[in-house]
Amino acid sequence: MEDEVRELTPWDKVQLSRHPQRPLTIDYIENLFEDFIELHGDRLYGDDPALIGGIGIFKNRGVVVIGHNKGKNVKENVARNFGMPHPEGYRKALRLMRLAERWHLPVISFIDTPGAYPGIGAEERGQAEAIGRNILEAFEIRTPILVVVIGEGGSGGALGIGVGDRILMLENAIYSVISPEGCAAIIWKDSKQAEKAASALKLTAQDLLRFNIIDEIIPEPPGGAHTDMVSTMRTVEEYISKNLEVICSKDIETLLEERYQKVRKIGIFEEKIGAEGRS
Amino acid sequence: MHISDWFSRKPKYAVLKPEKREIPEGLWTRCPKCLEILYNKELERNLKVCSKCGYHFKLGAWERIYQLVDDREFYELDENLESVDALPFNDGIYMEKLKEDREKTGLNEAIVTGRGRVEGFETFLGVFDFGFIGGSMASVVGEKVTRLFEYGMRENLPVIIVTATGGARMYEGMLSLMQMAKTNAALNRYRKNGGLFISVLADPSTAGVMASFASQGDVIIAEPGALIGFAGPRVIEQTIKQKLPEGFQSSEFVFQHGMVDMIVERSKLKSTIGRIIRIWKTK
Repeated sequence: MEDEVRELTPWDKVQLSRHPQRPLTIDYIENLFEDFIELHGDRLYGDDPALIGGIGIFKNRGVVVIGHNKGKNVKENVARNFGMPHPEGYRKALRLMRLAERWHLPVISFIDTPGAYPGIGAEERGQAEAIGRNILEAFEIRTPILVVVIGEGGSGGALGIGVGDRILMLENAIYSVISPEGCAAIIWKDSKQAEKAASALKLTAQDLLRFNIIDEIIPEPPGGAHTDMVSTMRTVEEYISKNLEVICSKDIETLLEERYQKVRKIGIFEEKIGAEGRS
Repeated sequence: MHISDWFSRKPKYAVLKPEKREIPEGLWTRCPKCLEILYNKELERNLKVCSKCGYHFKLGAWERIYQLVDDREFYELDENLESVDALPFNDGIYMEKLKEDREKTGLNEAIVTGRGRVEGFETFLGVFDFGFIGGSMASVVGEKVTRLFEYGMRENLPVIIVTATGGARMYEGMLSLMQMAKTNAALNRYRKNGGLFISVLADPSTAGVMASFASQGDVIIAEPGALIGFAGPRVIEQTIKQKLPEGFQSSEFVFQHGMVDMIVERSKLKSTIGRIIRIWKTK
């Protein structure tokens, strides 16, 4: 009864993106990569289980993989801090991006986080600095970077590993400057208005494609990515493969220039030409 | 690319905007920290720092500019960029908010950028105003900051940005978030070309702006007693379900944790910036 299926609202997508059965970074790693070797630690302070990384083979090609990782149940989620990284996570990711650069391997980055962790240790160790530096240095990493938003793209915590040459997004994933609940609490002083905020924020893949913030939408099975894991994995693999081909065939100077120009163009405003205010 | 060529424009000779920002009314102001009653004229002379306890009052963008540039001469750039309801965000409440804060601050946007001399050195200077939607960054602010780095690169001049901000602006959604990437992309190029970026963190400097260019200065200066960090203290308290210790995320706290180079009192800010530029200029 296809025609009875109503279109999903942004709020539905928020729920789907956070669905407890939704495939996580670890699922993509297990299914799409051969011989994944997890690498740990930022070499500065610690290892962050909320942001995992390592090396592996994707369709006969060596790759570096990084990604936020939530847990599959409460216990795992507590261990992985619900996919909310500390500065160590971002610093590990940068270390692995530098490794990819030296080894001439492309980077595949999976985004799935409610946001960077707001906590005491995170502040003490420079959460803002870690994210800021990753964003800054991503523009000089001399190797292709492919970003896939698989679930929740939570603000700066997502962008910290979100700069790349191609940005893909699953059909029901979200990517937002603030959580709908947080936005509602600020604007309407009521986090129960989150549904309204979800619509206002334009956080769906369809919206972001329209704003040229992402490059392509990866379709999901009708009930969402979790309803048919096999098909989800197959589709994501196909999209990664196709896009990886494109960016790996470009010379690095072109790639860096395009990476720069892509974000340089983002922003919508009016530039008034004329004598107004001019002496 | 979308770079306005400031050369082609007629410079705006010291058209200094009248101070529309409300200075505390009347003759006296109470210091919010030590509760001392301060004579306004005296407070102005003291760069809006409490003469009793050293509390640094928040400054409007133009107040800050006047305190930093020589002879009160400043050539504003890109003042013709205007925000639009790009998403649009829930039935025009963004445009209302913009209108309200334009009237309140007399500013067009949350940052004023331009060119001016500091201690005799030509610089590009950008100053945030917390009074304008919490000094938040959306398309216009991101564009102005990006251009400032581009001008700095083209002219081989220092870029100084004073932040007072709550981060990325919700009303422009992901367009705001992506300004973090855009500004940092431009900063990356500016740095590679040997530029000098001095990041001055005023109260408060948090979230999306801190997690982009503000935390990446060649030299980072904090004003005393500013709130500096990634997450706001209320969000942290709600997350960890405990009270934060006194002084958490203060300038002194981030200095102790190695996030800023120095804490500089307002009276010494201009001369400190001048000393840094002087050394950089000998390159």
